[in-house]
Amino acid sequence: MQVGRGKSAAGLAGRRPWGTGNLGDALARAVFAGLGLSLLAVALLILYELVLESRRSISAFGWAFLTGTRWDPVDQVFGAAPAIYGTLVSSVIALILAVPISLGAAIFLSEMAPSWLRSPLSFLVEMLAALPSVVLGLWGIYVLIPWVRDPVETWLGGHLGFIPLFDGPPFGVGMLAAGLVLAIMVLPIITAIARDVMQAVPSSQREAMVALGATRWEVILGAVLPYCRSGLVGAVILGLGRALGETMAVTMVIGKGYNITASLFQPASTAASTLASEFNEAAYNLYVSALVELALILMGITLLVNILARLLVWRVARSPEVIAE
Amino acid sequence: MSGFAYRRRKTVSTVVLGLCASSAFVAVGVLALILGFVLVNGINSLNLDFFTHMPTPLGEPGGGVANSIVGSLLIVGLAALVGIPAGVGAGVFLSEYAGPRLGNVIRFTADVLTGVPSIVVGVFVYSMVVLKMGHFSALAAGIALAIIMLPIMARSSEEMLKLVPRSQREAALALGITRWRTILSVIIPAARRGLVTGGLLAVARAGGETAPLMFTALGNRFFSLSITGGPMDALPLRIWRYGIGPYSEWHQQAWAASFVLVMMVFAISLTARLVLTRR
Repeated sequence: MQVGRGKSAAGLAGRRPWGTGNLGDALARAVFAGLGLSLLAVALLILYELVLESRRSISAFGWAFLTGTRWDPVDQVFGAAPAIYGTLVSSVIALILAVPISLGAAIFLSEMAPSWLRSPLSFLVEMLAALPSVVLGLWGIYVLIPWVRDPVETWLGGHLGFIPLFDGPPFGVGMLAAGLVLAIMVLPIITAIARDVMQAVPSSQREAMVALGATRWEVILGAVLPYCRSGLVGAVILGLGRALGETMAVTMVIGKGYNITASLFQPASTAASTLASEFNEAAYNLYVSALVELALILMGITLLVNILARLLVWRVARSPEVIAE
Repeated sequence: MSGFAYRRRKTVSTVVLGLCASSAFVAVGVLALILGFVLVNGINSLNLDFFTHMPTPLGEPGGGVANSIVGSLLIVGLAALVGIPAGVGAGVFLSEYAGPRLGNVIRFTADVLTGVPSIVVGVFVYSMVVLKMGHFSALAAGIALAIIMLPIMARSSEEMLKLVPRSQREAALALGITRWRTILSVIIPAARRGLVTGGLLAVARAGGETAPLMFTALGNRFFSLSITGGPMDALPLRIWRYGIGPYSEWHQQAWAASFVLVMMVFAISLTARLVLTRR
């Protein structure tokens, strides 16, 4: 076997402990490098194609697309504000509902559960994450929505109706239902990552607190949570990223409305739900282009959120394989 | 130590930990609730015809979703055929070849790609493939799902390949085996269990996806085996179409199809777990 040639061998010697210059190796290297770089290529191609296909809408509306509050295919006027508003508000509702439960569940799984209970519970949580979103949507239509209409919305409207959030007739379908469905979707994701992040906290941290006479909760509050704070924030943001782009379940329960209202009871729409319900019916080029621009905006938002989250999670656990699911 | 302060701290601890424990059971309870509904409603309308028959015209009882099941298998199979080898290859590059800087860039891209909403992938494939071919097809749907599987597969296979001890690589090289042979006949076989698990999880994830299929496979009431010929049906699409439709026969069928889909996805996830833990 020939061991390297001239310059390249010297270059390789520093970083890579093994590597030679024969044809098979060169070929294999090229193939694997090509596959590795294909990830970069796909990401860039998606961005390029979305920008290309939305150019008609970009030149027609400019920046006003982001702030326009009218989405009216009949008049050929497109503004993304209602969809962006719906995307953000439904995701925020989901986080408000899911984060406390997720963190509680993660604390239980990582710090409290006896070992015989830990792995079956973790497994069930992972199964919830594997539930196809369209099935959750079906459950949403036939079980969640009637329940949201009555008792949830009638009760909230009756007792807290003076708050604009809970004003208006109980529809069932709408922002609140979408937020609930999203909460169910992000719950297992945040739980799984938060549990892994907590388990990465060295036990010496806990032992130090115990040695100071802390109760079990004080150990968690004083040692575990501060130690993995940025990882937990990352877990929540990853959940947010998932909620922002979730399509099927939301489309099935949000009710398709294009008004920005304070009331959570009203039908609304998100960027993803607008795409899902209108893309196949878009009858003219500008309409399609506006929808693609909506996809571009959605991708931009989720990219920002994900980049932020990865940076935070990566700082804590260097190999977050759970996230890959 | 004052007894009162100590008791108060103990009480706070017990109460908060109790709340944590109940959150865990809420999370599991939600799953039980949903699964229970799918199970009860699904089994009622499940029979042999459901697996072997086509959808019937409205008003005619019976019928099944054979076309959707076959379509789902074809589309996901196609995606796996492309996405899994490509993903494993990318994983090999990350674990065996890439320097730290390029490796981190690709890892980061993979993580970011995993976070791209699947409906955006659907829009992308629509304009890249469907528009250029001129019609909807199973091929386009397969490509869309392959794009979703690729980053998942790349990251999980990298992790699995990294678990192969360095000594095995060194032993192979010491025997004079070339680098590419070492990868193909030593490292990949040593990590095969992890790779199979990663592949199964990617298949389970892709199999439940609906959004990327809406603009690529479109859905089709009739039986189709043609990969490039035109629209094809898939189970998630059928659930969507029936679920939002106005007829109660459709709803029954949607529950039954959900039951089948959930069972398939869970069976694959469960197998993945067993493959990894079996000794």
